Amino acid sequence: MIPELGQFALVLALLLALVQGVLPILGAWRGNAALMAVARPAAAGQAVFVFLAMGVLIHAFLVYDFSVAYVADNSNLALPWYYRITAVWGAHEGSMLLWVFILNVWSLALAVLSRHLPTPFVSRVLGVLGLIGVGFLAFILFTSNPFLRELPMPSDGGDLNPVLQDPGMTFHPPVLYMGYVGFSVAFAFSIAALLGGELEQAWVRWARPWTNVSWAFLTMGIVAGSWWAYAELGWGGWWFWDPVENASFMPWLVGVALIHAQAVTEKRGSLPAWTVLLSLFAFSLSLLGTFLVRSGVLTSVHAFASDPRRGLYILGFLIVVIGGSLLLYAIRAPRVATGKPFAALSRETGIMIANLLFTTAAAMVLLGTLFPLIGDALNLGRISVGPPYFSFLFIALMAPAVLLLPFGPYLRWGSAEGRQLTTLALRAGIAAVICAIVAAFVAQGHLRAIAGIAGAVWVAAGTLSYILKRWREMPRGRRYPAEMAGMLVAHTGVAIFIIGVMLSESLSVERDVRMAPGDTQAIGGYVFRFDGVHETQGPNWRADEGTVTIQRDGTTMATVKPQKRTYSRGQVQTESAIDAGLFRDIYVALGEPMQATDVEGAWALRLYYKPFVRWIWLGGLFMMLGGFLAAGERRFRAKKAAATAAVPAKESLA
Amino acid sequence: MSRLMPLFVFLALCGLFGFGIWWNTQHDQHEIVSPLIDKPAPDFLLPELGQPMSTVGKASLLGKPYFLNVFGSWCIECVHEHPVLSGEVKSLGLRLVGLNYKDEPSDAMNWLHEHGNPFDLVITDRDGRAGIDFGVYGAPETFLIDGKGVIRYKHVGPITPEVVDREFRPALAALAKEGG
Repeated sequence: MIPELGQFALVLALLLALVQGVLPILGAWRGNAALMAVARPAAAGQAVFVFLAMGVLIHAFLVYDFSVAYVADNSNLALPWYYRITAVWGAHEGSMLLWVFILNVWSLALAVLSRHLPTPFVSRVLGVLGLIGVGFLAFILFTSNPFLRELPMPSDGGDLNPVLQDPGMTFHPPVLYMGYVGFSVAFAFSIAALLGGELEQAWVRWARPWTNVSWAFLTMGIVAGSWWAYAELGWGGWWFWDPVENASFMPWLVGVALIHAQAVTEKRGSLPAWTVLLSLFAFSLSLLGTFLVRSGVLTSVHAFASDPRRGLYILGFLIVVIGGSLLLYAIRAPRVATGKPFAALSRETGIMIANLLFTTAAAMVLLGTLFPLIGDALNLGRISVGPPYFSFLFIALMAPAVLLLPFGPYLRWGSAEGRQLTTLALRAGIAAVICAIVAAFVAQGHLRAIAGIAGAVWVAAGTLSYILKRWREMPRGRRYPAEMAGMLVAHTGVAIFIIGVMLSESLSVERDVRMAPGDTQAIGGYVFRFDGVHETQGPNWRADEGTVTIQRDGTTMATVKPQKRTYSRGQVQTESAIDAGLFRDIYVALGEPMQATDVEGAWALRLYYKPFVRWIWLGGLFMMLGGFLAAGERRFRAKKAAATAAVPAKESLA
Repeated sequence: MSRLMPLFVFLALCGLFGFGIWWNTQHDQHEIVSPLIDKPAPDFLLPELGQPMSTVGKASLLGKPYFLNVFGSWCIECVHEHPVLSGEVKSLGLRLVGLNYKDEPSDAMNWLHEHGNPFDLVITDRDGRAGIDFGVYGAPETFLIDGKGVIRYKHVGPITPEVVDREFRPALAALAKEGG
């Protein structure tokens, strides 16, 4: 009976979403206050029923209700309770429910935090979010119902994909979706502005904190996903240019461009059409990512669920949402060049160049992801371009962005002075060259490591120099407003990230070795001693667990225990063991026994020494922190925003 | 005009996606990338389990299609797969040939005695040479070989009832269509 309540709640949520999507927009168009007043209650009602449905599904997992097909497919009696909760989004149907759930979290937040905005505008924004909700709720109810019953009820269930049985998985998808789905808010703001034909760009200021927060969540989600792949998949890599990863990375890249473009439009009134287009792109790419992952059009190493019928539905939905919004853009985008004029050497120009680099990078990722499909269409067979294509083009596109980055804060709005820039270039350049020379001695000819140090120091020195300049020139309390602090932290994150990527990629030592108990191997200054394998048992798996002692200069640094697990439903999963450190990771994964029958004997082991690998995620965390910090800018806060909406931003931020 | 550009690019993409969905309906989603599919099975001549003097070769199995299941008494997943082999796979009505892979014949016989023997015939590949020829990653793996000795399908990992429905039945249907 309870699962049917969940389904019933979804039906009610769909009806309320329809109300939320249609009436307030009509009301805003006709100037009917009663219709507009429907927006908030309808959004709240939809949220209540979606939360209820989510609760019902979680409950079904917790009480082992295997009569629900989705529960039976993704959990069993031996699965611990925390993985039974995460199993909710372990496969397609639940992921979609999570999508709608998070959409409603955002809608609800918007309904509560938008009191200071003009009613017609809020009505349109909530209306657009309601329409998106209609699309996804109908998708769930008609093609991917998580509450379908299975009769007769099996006595025990299947298993959650063991790849997903990891602490990282408990929060990776929800956080990622917070980012993905969060772009729907920026999207809704843009559509509302296009519909209303807002003459001034006040809406951009209202949209900015939402965009920043979504982007920060997306960053956190990607970092968590990358960390999870590194720790869980047993390959020791942190990014694979896999379609699923690309699906989250494309909106991120466009999100970077959007955050910067919004700053230009908000403060200077320039590039309004471009900002609108980028918000449409960011959300379109989020939807596209869902389509690519869920439709089975592309198969990926971690495609969890795919079904062509669903693909057809999502494609139709994409055409309506993206096609419709691009058409609206073509008709209603601001035609007149508004905003203050800017010179060739100005912050506007700098941001525009960076914007082009980031959108091109996103387009490049999209092209590479779709390559197998294009290959089919042109009858060339399934070709995939793989990491060489992505890495080369990505570095080629990001290198100029890195070069440009330190100048950003120094460039003045409107028109910048060349003299200051030359001083900065000299300072940061000299710092970068000196560090590169030092690095050249230490890294012994690893070109990528040297280039990485130079790039990171260039960015860090430029950022630091600006921090000092503000410290000297501005009075206390006005030195680092939230928005600027966020920018500085995020840019510092870029420097950290560059170090992590370039150093770990070029200086890592990876070795596949055969080791019998008692054998030792020396890698990267560490000695690994293999102490054999014994069997161990978990709640729903048994495992061969190896013991490896890591020593340096005769003292034991760590003892790690990599596992090869066999889950109760037969899936095999590698649990690598990592001895983590700020400056290096030591990564041990268990391969296969050399003699299948002799588990006690020699094994194939993977031993990795990875310097600075943690800086990759640390850099990502800094970027995330920057995004959250900037969203706290006082100018964006409710009361102030309404009061100062008409007043252009102060030049103090130049 | 330039404002319509994003729309046109997007519509072109949609065309591509529509094609992708259509393409997938025409092709098997679970295509195994094995170079041996639709190629003649490698030649083998292996002793029968329990009767080391009697050997079975590829030639003696020609005529009717059969499943070749790679298993071993050391293989944990094979135990999970076993009921499905005896049940769903057996009911498909094809001959079921077991390839006892890298195993002691005595262990294999005990294992079959303990769990039951679903196979019509078991051949032994003690040193794994035939396994190498067949490109076996590990046990269990199951090949569908047609009457002409051509490998038509390969499944890696334990067979589940879903695998039988989703993969084996379509592969058999394709075989039947061709034969009839």
